[in-house]
Amino acid sequence: MIGIAVVAPIVMQDFITVYATRVLILCLFALSFDLVWGYAGIMSLGQSLFFGLGGYGIALLSRDWNVASILVVLPVGALIGLVAALMIGGFLLVGRHPSSMIFVSLGTMTGAYAADRLVRGWYYVGGQNGIPSIQSMRIGPYELVEGPTFYYLVLAILVAVYLVCRWLVRSQFGLVLAGLRENEERIAYFGYNVEHIKLIVFTLGGAIAGLAGSLYAFHESFVWSGMLGVVMATQVVLYVMLGGSGTLIGALAGTVVIEALNFWLSNTYQEIWPIILGVMLLLIVMFRPGGLVSFILDGHERVGSFGYMGRGDGRGST
Amino acid sequence: MALLEARGVGKSFGRLTALTGAALTVGNNEFHGLIGPNGSGKSTFLKCIAGATAATKGRVIFDGADVTNTSPAARARAGMSLKFQMTSVLTELTLYDNILLALQPKVSLTRLMFSGSRKILHERVIAMLEQFRLANRAHDAASTLSHGQQQWLEIAMALAAEPMLLLLDEPTGGMSIEERRVTGELLQPIKTRCSLVIVEHDLDFIRDICDRITVLDQGSVICSGTVPEVQANSKVQEVYLRRA
Repeated sequence: MIGIAVVAPIVMQDFITVYATRVLILCLFALSFDLVWGYAGIMSLGQSLFFGLGGYGIALLSRDWNVASILVVLPVGALIGLVAALMIGGFLLVGRHPSSMIFVSLGTMTGAYAADRLVRGWYYVGGQNGIPSIQSMRIGPYELVEGPTFYYLVLAILVAVYLVCRWLVRSQFGLVLAGLRENEERIAYFGYNVEHIKLIVFTLGGAIAGLAGSLYAFHESFVWSGMLGVVMATQVVLYVMLGGSGTLIGALAGTVVIEALNFWLSNTYQEIWPIILGVMLLLIVMFRPGGLVSFILDGHERVGSFGYMGRGDGRGST
Repeated sequence: MALLEARGVGKSFGRLTALTGAALTVGNNEFHGLIGPNGSGKSTFLKCIAGATAATKGRVIFDGADVTNTSPAARARAGMSLKFQMTSVLTELTLYDNILLALQPKVSLTRLMFSGSRKILHERVIAMLEQFRLANRAHDAASTLSHGQQQWLEIAMALAAEPMLLLLDEPTGGMSIEERRVTGELLQPIKTRCSLVIVEHDLDFIRDICDRITVLDQGSVICSGTVPEVQANSKVQEVYLRRA
């Protein structure tokens, strides 16, 4: 798969490379949500908030302070997502009586909706028009414009983030997450600090979403309120649900499949494309709740083995 | 000094009073049985001790510290381990990983992330599985075990972190006679390592493994003492005769 991704810009037309870059950025966004929902069991229906905040943060940094160095903007984008997730997660997930999952879902969704509405009415951040014409990201004196170079940058970041996530979910921390996903109460009775573990994953997810948002902003040269809103938040849920939550590869597969179908079908079948997508998701949820990856991974491989010299040590949790 | 002291523990669910000031004292390396008719408050009392249910009144002192207002996780870290009435092994994980998970709650998050504890704990995981006669199933998913084996796995998980006090809620529930006998055999060796509070309906089982027994009826303690003392107690006889 990596091989195909590497040679793709060489054989693809430029406009497809630009589209593929956007899909890779959305893959990064889907990874962030999959960590939070698929691994820690936190149904964050407002993951777009961190994506959008990362985008808006670096758009303002670029517009008002003329900062566009990759060494500054990408870490800042991730940091914005991290801090926002830490604050919201600290409020929703930690405390003597942490919120129920339904409250967390609605709380995060409300945050995304409120941010969308707030930004629409805030002149300083462009209101409904968003912030257009964001200057290009720079590596030293070179400008990174959309095209093969930007594609390879995003691909490299996606692979790096994927590997870090894979390392994490295969570690003993990943074992705790696997337990948490199945029976949170049992994990608490072992003595694990469940709230802190969930907060760490939520914060990490926020950082990855912020990073994805900042890449998206530079790639599109534009940020708008929809990046923060509920539609974007729902979109990432669909990516992960279709591909298979709790598997990193599932998040990527779901994003690629939906966006590829969107690319091919939305022009030809513009009006019925959402119906096709809806039916497809319905069928998957009904007959393959494990998502598309369940066609190639059995349940045990999906969960993984975590022990030293365990069967297939290091396998699973893809 | 007693390892566990529960003083005047009460619990109400709305207008229903499940416990009316129950008391319990458990010494080091003591096996203590909690018995009583259905609805007498045994499981509620155990949950109050473990922190699974907040007591409406009373105090729980564990290892010299008042743990009444602490979370179940904090009590677990202090050395209290609970096995639920319903089996709650992690069915998607292998037996090996279930035990490995139970062994690491005190490991730092950094060490967990870098898997620093994995290799070191291998011998302990295997030893626990061997002790509970499950080593040959180490790499099977826990969902493939029989009900009795799942109960053993859960007891092994509860013991894995070497608690000072093990709380077992009906560990032989749903087991065959042979599985009950084996469970008794499996529990005996842990006496040198920790204390045990066990809620159980099987009176023969309790009589065989416990040093002391506390009898509850309608939310109150009616008798507490050694096995012969409890057997000779007229109130206990009345409760069980009434039940019969």
